[in-house]
Amino acid sequence: MKKTILGAVATMALITAPALAADPVKIGMITTLSGGGSSLGIDIRDGFQLAVDMRGGMLGDHAVELIISDDARKVGNAKQIADRMLKRDKVDIVTGIVWSNLALAVVPTVTKAGKFYLSPNAGPSKLAGAGCDKNYFNVAWQNDNLHEAAGQYVSDKAHKNVYIMAPNYPAGKDALAGFKRYYKGKIAGEVYTKLGQVDYAAELANLRAASPDAVFFFLPGGMGINFVKQYAQAGLTKTTPLYGPAFSFDEGILKAVGDTAIGVFNTSQWNKDIKNAANVDFVANFHKTYGRFPSLYASQGYDTALLLDSAIRAVGGDMTKQDDFRKALEAAKFQSVRGPFRFGPNHHPVQDIYVREVYKDGDNITNRIVGKVFTDHGDAYAAECKM
Amino acid sequence: MRRRLACAGAAVFLLVMTFYLFLEQTLNAFQLGVMLFLMAAGLTLVFGIMNMINLAHGSFYMIGAYVSAYVGHATGSFFIGFLVALPVAALVGMAVEIIALRKLYNRDHLDQVLATFGLILFFNELTAIIWGPQAIFVPIPELFAGSVEIIPGVPYPVYRLVIILMGLAVALALRSLIVSTRTGMLIRAGASNREMVSALGVDIDRLYTIVFGLGALLAGLAGALAGPILATEIGMGENILILTFVVIIVGGIGSVRGALVGALLVGLVDTYGRAFLPTVLRSLIEEPSVADGLGASISSMSIYILMAVVLIFRPRGLFQAYG
Repeated sequence: MKKTILGAVATMALITAPALAADPVKIGMITTLSGGGSSLGIDIRDGFQLAVDMRGGMLGDHAVELIISDDARKVGNAKQIADRMLKRDKVDIVTGIVWSNLALAVVPTVTKAGKFYLSPNAGPSKLAGAGCDKNYFNVAWQNDNLHEAAGQYVSDKAHKNVYIMAPNYPAGKDALAGFKRYYKGKIAGEVYTKLGQVDYAAELANLRAASPDAVFFFLPGGMGINFVKQYAQAGLTKTTPLYGPAFSFDEGILKAVGDTAIGVFNTSQWNKDIKNAANVDFVANFHKTYGRFPSLYASQGYDTALLLDSAIRAVGGDMTKQDDFRKALEAAKFQSVRGPFRFGPNHHPVQDIYVREVYKDGDNITNRIVGKVFTDHGDAYAAECKM
Repeated sequence: MRRRLACAGAAVFLLVMTFYLFLEQTLNAFQLGVMLFLMAAGLTLVFGIMNMINLAHGSFYMIGAYVSAYVGHATGSFFIGFLVALPVAALVGMAVEIIALRKLYNRDHLDQVLATFGLILFFNELTAIIWGPQAIFVPIPELFAGSVEIIPGVPYPVYRLVIILMGLAVALALRSLIVSTRTGMLIRAGASNREMVSALGVDIDRLYTIVFGLGALLAGLAGALAGPILATEIGMGENILILTFVVIIVGGIGSVRGALVGALLVGLVDTYGRAFLPTVLRSLIEEPSVADGLGASISSMSIYILMAVVLIFRPRGLFQAYG
């Protein structure tokens, strides 16, 4: 009897041992899939999912299990989900968060638990500088980057008196700080609005009264739609040109504001007309699968998956080899859809940043690249980061 | 002497400009107030008469916006879309009342909050399935495009004026409905004493359904009006719902007059706060970024401060429901 039990245990051990090596790598994705701002999270998820699906449910030739959960843009939800994913689901990697205030709450929890966090979007300055961590990587940008490029571009265009606006949350503060770092002229007004604000009539009236040469605004998602529409309706488009980061003019926003955004310049690390094999492949597959064009958020989700693909391959799917996995992430040996890409010392991208123009392509209103603002651009906080 | 005159002239000019800006901001405040009133009128009736907390009220707003946008796009006419959206919102509201909410009237508020929160998720997901997750484009109707200078030097969008007028018209229509019709009489009676009304043999179920439908219709109207100026997106109702609850608490639960006054008050406080607080603080505080941050924070609190002040002096709101 004893023998049979021992035998059974031995057989089970034999069965489970090789099964361990083939255990899927568990990836937890916390992102915004419902309510305001959900179009951003949906794009990130779809971009990531597309990369996994194109590899037959694998990354780095290794099976992955993707656990997706909706944070509804609420800090409390995101924290709860992160705890659940770390404790119950025992994920190896967490990713997906759109908003900086959520990232600031979740990322330290993940890295303290000894797991990896790969950001496909939010890049708050705190996590790039003093709060950086060896297990935290940002695949998109540091928050300030696109705004810095906009500041440079607006200065190059010889605007001397610019009105600037952003929502009152960490990424909004980073945005205006980034803009001012490279913009050389005068600030006609600096305004922080509520996150999720819908009506901007009061701000627009003040803006008109300040009579600036140009307006720079960072309002992602629905906020951007509201603002751009109301800006045009107030008759300001004709007198005062608008500038913004790509977040204020992504595919989703452009579809919802109609012709009013045509001719506006915005800055981005990616656009669908970048000609490299990875990007052409990505744009075509995304359009075929989802019936819409990808936004920069989708490209970031896709790139996050590609980076994981390279790092999981390097360790053969064995997530216990943490140091090797981290080295593989740092090496970033993958073909990013945005073109040249590497990590700086604080695990944030060093990359080119372009300026795009909104134009009408047949029936579709979209962006095209018209110039490059920065080459190999890093971020301002790398020096403060001690890993 | 001449220089002093020039100085005085510049000061007067500045004063006039500030006054015009003030007028413009007042118009903006009215427009926001009117939108809030359309939402609050229905919510306050449902809350006051049925003692029902309906978080899904914002969903009717979203349905109004989406149906109006969809039909408007399909037929090429904003007005047809608008006219279709109203009965659709009302019918959805009545269906929700009959199928789901009727069973919740006698439960406590927590159950109602949970159930209607579930309805929000349901409607958001349904909208995503029907119209996709991305926001949709709604143009301003040709007739109301452009702007007029009702204040010198300030081109004000015609469409926003139309919203103000619509809101005031609805307020008058609601007033005559409630004051001079039999249904209105029953609504008033229901608000002051539900048990007595049903004891007198009034079909209270039908009255509730009608009131609920009316509330949903008004929310749908607000949504359809909002489409051209705001983003028509999933979850658009939740943003405005929070403000709407502030309005009905300030105005007094169950009172339509209170909803109107409360909505205009909230509109004024919110708009003036956003428009002038940062400037005032800038003149008081040296560091502009501190002043801006503080201004933004205080102005987003302003309506809650208003609510707290009203609750201290009038714990049941500014106006009591009939009786």
